[in-house]
Amino acid sequence: MKILILGAGQVGSTVAESLVNEANDITVVDADAEKLRVLQDRLDLRTVVGNAAHPSTLEQAGIADADMLLAVTQSDEVNLVACKLAASLYNTPTRIARIRSTDYLNREEVFSADNFCVDFSICPEQILTEYITKLIEFPEALQVLEFAEGKVSLVAVRAFEGGPLLGKPLSFLRTHMPQVEARVAAIFRKDRPLIPEGGTVIEEGDEIFFIADTHNIRRVLKEMRRMDKPAKRVMIVGGGNIGKRLAKALERDYQVKLIEFNKKACEKLAGELTNTLVLHGDCTDEKLLQQEHVEEVDVFCALTNDDENNIMSALLAKQIGARKVLALINRSAYVGLVQGGKIDIALSPAHVTIGSLLAYVRRGDVAAVHSLRRGAAEALELVAHGDRQSSQVVGRRINEIDLPRGATIGAIVRGKQVVIAHHDTLIEAEDHVIVFVIDKKMIRKVEKLFQVNLGFF
Amino acid sequence: MGRALTVIHALGLMLVVFSLSYLLPVLTSLIYHDGTQTIFLLAMLWTAGSGFLLWLLTRRYKGELSIRHGYLLVVAMWTAMPAVATLPLLLVINGLSFTDAYFETMSGITTTGATVLTGLDNLPPAINIWRHELNWLGGMGIIVLAVAILPLLGIGGRQLFKAETPGPMKDSALTPRITETARNLWLVYAGITLACIVSLKLAGMNWLDAICHAFAAMGLGGFSTHDASVGYFNSPAIEFVLIVFMLLAAMNFATHFLALRGRSLRIYLHDAEAVATVSLVLGSCVGIGAFLWWQGTYPSFWTALRHASFNLVSMATDCGFASVDFNQWPIFAPLWMLFLSSIAASSGSTGGGIKMIRTLVLVKQAGREFLKLLHPAAINPMKIGGQVVANNIVFAVLGFIFLYFISIATLTFVLLISGLDFISSFSAVIACINNAGPGLGVVGPASNFGVLTDFQTWVCTLAMLIGRLEIFTVLILFTPQFWRR
Repeated sequence: MKILILGAGQVGSTVAESLVNEANDITVVDADAEKLRVLQDRLDLRTVVGNAAHPSTLEQAGIADADMLLAVTQSDEVNLVACKLAASLYNTPTRIARIRSTDYLNREEVFSADNFCVDFSICPEQILTEYITKLIEFPEALQVLEFAEGKVSLVAVRAFEGGPLLGKPLSFLRTHMPQVEARVAAIFRKDRPLIPEGGTVIEEGDEIFFIADTHNIRRVLKEMRRMDKPAKRVMIVGGGNIGKRLAKALERDYQVKLIEFNKKACEKLAGELTNTLVLHGDCTDEKLLQQEHVEEVDVFCALTNDDENNIMSALLAKQIGARKVLALINRSAYVGLVQGGKIDIALSPAHVTIGSLLAYVRRGDVAAVHSLRRGAAEALELVAHGDRQSSQVVGRRINEIDLPRGATIGAIVRGKQVVIAHHDTLIEAEDHVIVFVIDKKMIRKVEKLFQVNLGFF
Repeated sequence: MGRALTVIHALGLMLVVFSLSYLLPVLTSLIYHDGTQTIFLLAMLWTAGSGFLLWLLTRRYKGELSIRHGYLLVVAMWTAMPAVATLPLLLVINGLSFTDAYFETMSGITTTGATVLTGLDNLPPAINIWRHELNWLGGMGIIVLAVAILPLLGIGGRQLFKAETPGPMKDSALTPRITETARNLWLVYAGITLACIVSLKLAGMNWLDAICHAFAAMGLGGFSTHDASVGYFNSPAIEFVLIVFMLLAAMNFATHFLALRGRSLRIYLHDAEAVATVSLVLGSCVGIGAFLWWQGTYPSFWTALRHASFNLVSMATDCGFASVDFNQWPIFAPLWMLFLSSIAASSGSTGGGIKMIRTLVLVKQAGREFLKLLHPAAINPMKIGGQVVANNIVFAVLGFIFLYFISIATLTFVLLISGLDFISSFSAVIACINNAGPGLGVVGPASNFGVLTDFQTWVCTLAMLIGRLEIFTVLILFTPQFWRR
């Protein structure tokens, strides 16, 4: 596929990196030649320097025969104009824009075919905010990802003392909780994947991915580890786009404190937030953290723009006694370094948000994609179409499907009903099938499996 | 000197316009044949003539009015208009001194509603309607002054809601031009007054009483055509109608305008002041009603609630009608009513006192100080109705309230020196500076300000003026810096 990416910032470069590996023709446009040079040195793609909203730049980047436009520059307005131009002048089939401002997002008609012609709008800050909100709702989980409009969730949790399942084979889960259904999709032990089978014994420290009905998450989590009280006090460090959105989302249900370094920004934040205590100071200032009783904080979120500051303040908070600490880390090298150590959760914003873009790039009818374990694994929500003749999945039982080893079907959503997968579950047309893939290399195969043969049309 | 003359030029024009207001009493006099039409026509000619003469003599000094001119002009208007308005009173009522007549008209134009006259029931209808018209015009003047002009001078409470903050309450949401804004507000004011007249008529008043009381209620003046004030009618229906319209008049007229334009009652919920005013006043009604019943002042709870509600709303909104002699109630109740008169009315209404917006600022500032002690690093801007209030405005409010209390203390001391008892002095000053009306003691609702000596009357007149013009406007004229070039 020929894909045009506008903007070589965080989002743009991560998407480019991810898509290049999947054999696409990528062209990246940015006004900053330096950023593009770095990108080109690393990846096999074409770059064009210029204003992404100018037709001449777009033409130079080959928009005429592009299959997809990803407008992910810093500016909403540039993204909107680029989508409009792509639709009106060049007939680009798919146009995706990153839109930050809620003013635009609240008015869907802005994106319609009569106006700015945006097929899909994504807001990375919003996705990240929702992601963190879920983690605060389930402080024991490492990751909570939703499929099928929130009906099914994929939860990552570290097995820990106090969980009844510890030291038992997986099949014990079924006999211990017959009324609650869940399927363990993957287990990572010391960062190496295990293919879960009925006899696999869970050990302390295992990272377990399970798929369950969203209502049952808490009950399944209880099997894996000792549960704590639900979170009440949240401290956020960094009042940027993400920090502000998160505070807004949380301030009604939690006691939220927000620390920001810039005084002007503090005053603006305090004006916009109604129930959050805005504090002015340095997030690595031990005195300030103590004075604000960080030891009683349930979840500490370090969300500044600076990786090192986030890591240090999260470490400091953990040291003083915060229950769970979470750090936003842009450099992927740091994420691996930090995760699983003293910092409970290292968040890579690019990997959290990329899934929403990948869903549009994938072949076949893909409803949602979540990138897992720093892009190594992936969970997909695919829609099965066709019938027994034209499709390789419809009308078959799960054990009849030729899934590559390492790919697991976790659950099926049929209308409003959630079916947790068993080996004999029958897949019907229009089912949403949630597939967990422990290695990215198998994704192409899975996608192919779900594609309908041409004979269908 | 040139500055003063420029202001006199503008004042001359104002007087010519003001002379038109004599038409209403002239009309009334023709309808009721009370024989005062020639006197009012004479007063009208005299006012117009003197205004024209002032305007003519100073036309060389015609010029743009600066902010300093603004202060001077506002004070000149509020002192000159009552002065010329005394003319019919002096000519019709025998034995009335200029001191008392000036107090009466000042009380009318500042919408205070305190009176020195007795035998109101026997006054010619034209004189009564003239007094009430002054109430109404004073209310109209103060709305425009507060909403459209004082913010330009940087004094009014309404500057808190300047354009820099988003939200439904910002002034710029009205209209872009002052004249347009003023006209819209007058239309709203006149419209509500009309509704009030009709409601009062339906509740059982005759047309003259309905018009007079509607004028007094909307201006939150509180003049009455009867010595017994609203107690004369002894009608729960009339009291209820007046309560409703007094509360409406105690809200910001800009809010009424927005609500009418948007045809939505939700606007009122967005106005933090309106919500605070109404909930404080209605809550107090129930509380005082229960208190009077508990004290045995009235035999049944409902009678207690009726009298408490009417008199409390009337005092708290700075209107000043009375239906019973609340001076006889246990002292807590009337003092609480005087306290409310200081704080309850909204900015941009026709009420007086420090205004609810400043009260809110004070309360929130206290909360901020507590938070600052607990969280020294906290950034906690003051927010009213979800909008941030800048710190310099908070300081201005604190300065205003300081001056307000100093003024009350000083004037109370002056009255004490002149020989008045404490409760009367204190309550007279509070009632006058808040433009409420009756005080307690010898100036209570059962008697009036006629018992005061000339000197005491002038002190009260001054209190009404500085209270009405938000203190700063008057006192700034007495600072040397104002006159320095």
